Amino acid sequence: MALLQISEPGESTAPHQHRLAVGIDLGTTNSLVATVRNSMPVVLNDLEGRALLPSIVYYKPDGGVDVGYDAQPAQASDPRNCIVSVKRFMGRGLRDVTHVETMPYDFVDSEGMVRLRTVQGVRSPVEVSAEILRVLRDRAEASLGGELTGAVITVPAYFDDAQRQATKDAARLAGINVFRLLNEPTAAAIAYGLDNAAEGVYAVYDLGGGTFDFSVLKLSRGVFEVLATSGDAALGGDDFDQRAYCWMLDTANIRFPSAKDSRRMLLKAREMKEHLTGHDEARVVMTLSTEQVVDLTLSRDTFADTTKHLVAKTLAPVRKALRDAGLQPEDVKGVVMVGGATRMPHVQRAVGEFFGQTPLTNLDPDKVVAIGAAIQANALAGNRMADEDWLLLDVIPLSLGLETMGGLVEKVIPRNSTIPIARAQEFTTFKDGQTAMAFHVVQGERELVSDCRSLARFELRGIPPMVAGAARIRVTFQVDADGLLSVSAREMTSGVEAQVQVKPSYGLSDDEIANMLQSGFDFANADMQARALSEQRVEAQRGLEAVQAALDVDSALLNAEERAAIEQTMQNVRAKMAGEDHRAIKEAVEQLNRDTTEFAARRMDQSVRRALAGQRVDTITFSKSAT
Amino acid sequence: MDTETLERNYREIQSAVHPDRFAHLSDQERRLSMQWATRVNEAYRTLRAPLLRAAYWLQLNGIDAGMENNTAMPAEFLMEQMEWREAVEEARASRDMDELDGLHRRLRQSLNAIHAELAECIDVQQDGEAAAGVLRRALFLDKLRQEIDDALIELES
Repeated sequence: MALLQISEPGESTAPHQHRLAVGIDLGTTNSLVATVRNSMPVVLNDLEGRALLPSIVYYKPDGGVDVGYDAQPAQASDPRNCIVSVKRFMGRGLRDVTHVETMPYDFVDSEGMVRLRTVQGVRSPVEVSAEILRVLRDRAEASLGGELTGAVITVPAYFDDAQRQATKDAARLAGINVFRLLNEPTAAAIAYGLDNAAEGVYAVYDLGGGTFDFSVLKLSRGVFEVLATSGDAALGGDDFDQRAYCWMLDTANIRFPSAKDSRRMLLKAREMKEHLTGHDEARVVMTLSTEQVVDLTLSRDTFADTTKHLVAKTLAPVRKALRDAGLQPEDVKGVVMVGGATRMPHVQRAVGEFFGQTPLTNLDPDKVVAIGAAIQANALAGNRMADEDWLLLDVIPLSLGLETMGGLVEKVIPRNSTIPIARAQEFTTFKDGQTAMAFHVVQGERELVSDCRSLARFELRGIPPMVAGAARIRVTFQVDADGLLSVSAREMTSGVEAQVQVKPSYGLSDDEIANMLQSGFDFANADMQARALSEQRVEAQRGLEAVQAALDVDSALLNAEERAAIEQTMQNVRAKMAGEDHRAIKEAVEQLNRDTTEFAARRMDQSVRRALAGQRVDTITFSKSAT
Repeated sequence: MDTETLERNYREIQSAVHPDRFAHLSDQERRLSMQWATRVNEAYRTLRAPLLRAAYWLQLNGIDAGMENNTAMPAEFLMEQMEWREAVEEARASRDMDELDGLHRRLRQSLNAIHAELAECIDVQQDGEAAAGVLRRALFLDKLRQEIDDALIELES
């Protein structure tokens, strides 16, 4: 792939300063890991030279775990313990999951996220995903020859808060420091945009194994600004397989296939789908456990016909995103196709007809997301080259709101708001002497709470008794650059405060994660200590480098005394790093953080002032509006 | 207002403060960067959207647009509103997406016309009271546009 001449040869940063960072595409069907090496983004292959890692995890009866190609055979032989497409369950309850009836798993419908009972015990989708991530982390560390500083992990743009949080938890469980969650279509846009020096309005049509995303972006002088995004978090290539599978059942008149036969036929259905991309028909011959011989031929037209409603289903989010962005199809300069499922000719045809232009298929639809994530990871790690200047402005996909009287939703932050964003809303008590108030945070576009996703519930207590309507309760929503929400509530007259990290109804609690980490899949306690020590040292080094870099540039912002104090704290961090106590290192780093707060604030003010230099508010007038 | 300048300045400032620039730095710097980026996004959002910009201008000039209470409108405008609403309800009931799409587009054209009217009041005549009146009408239309939007989302899902 010809990609990105980021810097002139010889201009790259010195090797010892290069922090190892990767981009991970944690896909429904396949996962990948990529990095930027010698200024070029590359996908990292396994020892056999394969880029893709099938997102399959097999819990073996003997206690071992196979992931990827090794796990593949077990799909047919032991489907109950061989988990495929686990991404569909991330941050989801059992009732959210479609096609449950045809799945061979033993679901546990617990409070919150669905779980799976395997031969090795009950597993949450977060744990299953962590197995996949761990293999990718090991692959990257082996290939790059060192410990990772961090990773950018991609998620469907249309993932809600619970699904994002679950993904971040999985990374944490796999021992990966997450720099950022990045939306998949945005990652693709970075890879495409930087490679082609594209300018103007572009769309990304991303049909993956289990999710559909559509984003509209404005690319202008190195800024990637997402204008609108939409999608369907439960629609993807798997559904096309499912249709082909149902067609097999109907045509061969099969009523109640066994779990194994069902899984085998689904695999055949997928093979037929893939075969039809390059051929006019696909034939399947197989013998079921009932001795029934299935011999069928599926034509491309029949397949297109049985799945045309799925293709049509993708166009509704496309129209919505364009409407939100205030654009017509003809305003879009190019449509980048991403995800293996966009290889299907009838999908390409439908998109082409809608936009009146041939979609862009010149990037490998399986790899482009990982490549974009790697480029972002490299920049976030601080490996950015002097002349590499680009910026990403992303949005939240779904509106965030609070439940009000009568089960209605009051929207606090509308969808497609650029992140990070904060918004506050004031409420009041409705009873005399009311001392507590309950809040219910929801996400979605519908008017009724019951049609939206419940994210969290919390209570503000200790409101001083007042007459109804006198208390002023300010609820603040803050969405960070990962698209994750935190909410706080404060009674303004008394200052009583309540704060929640939105650990969603569908998430794992911190205790659960701590337990999972401690029960240690692959490390004994000693290893945990060693790992903690090494992580703290990396963290400390990072902190020292950051402060030193700041001092080199901006020491003028400090007086001699302040500067000496900071240097002394730095010395303390170095001393603790030489020791073996990871907690002492952590404390020293925290001290350094506290002592540099004021310095950091001055630096930030200075850079804002520089950016604003020469601009005057009073030159702004009203006309020539943006729309 | 020169939207190109606004956009350029926004991008410049955001380039200086965005969390992506501070991901590898200390916790403080990351937190400050998020606060700044949040403020810059809010400012840009207000200045970019014509109705929010107008409301902000009125607020700066100490004019109460009275959006909550003051619903006095010209009778002609109210009639027109009722017709719009009936058309939307009808299209919604008969699940006519094309009709809703068309209404959405026509409404946006009306909004654009109102933006021009607002610009005239504010920039040329500098008449805050008149602008407040126009803004109230604009917000009516904007609300209607949102309702069409919701109807479309409901029908599409």
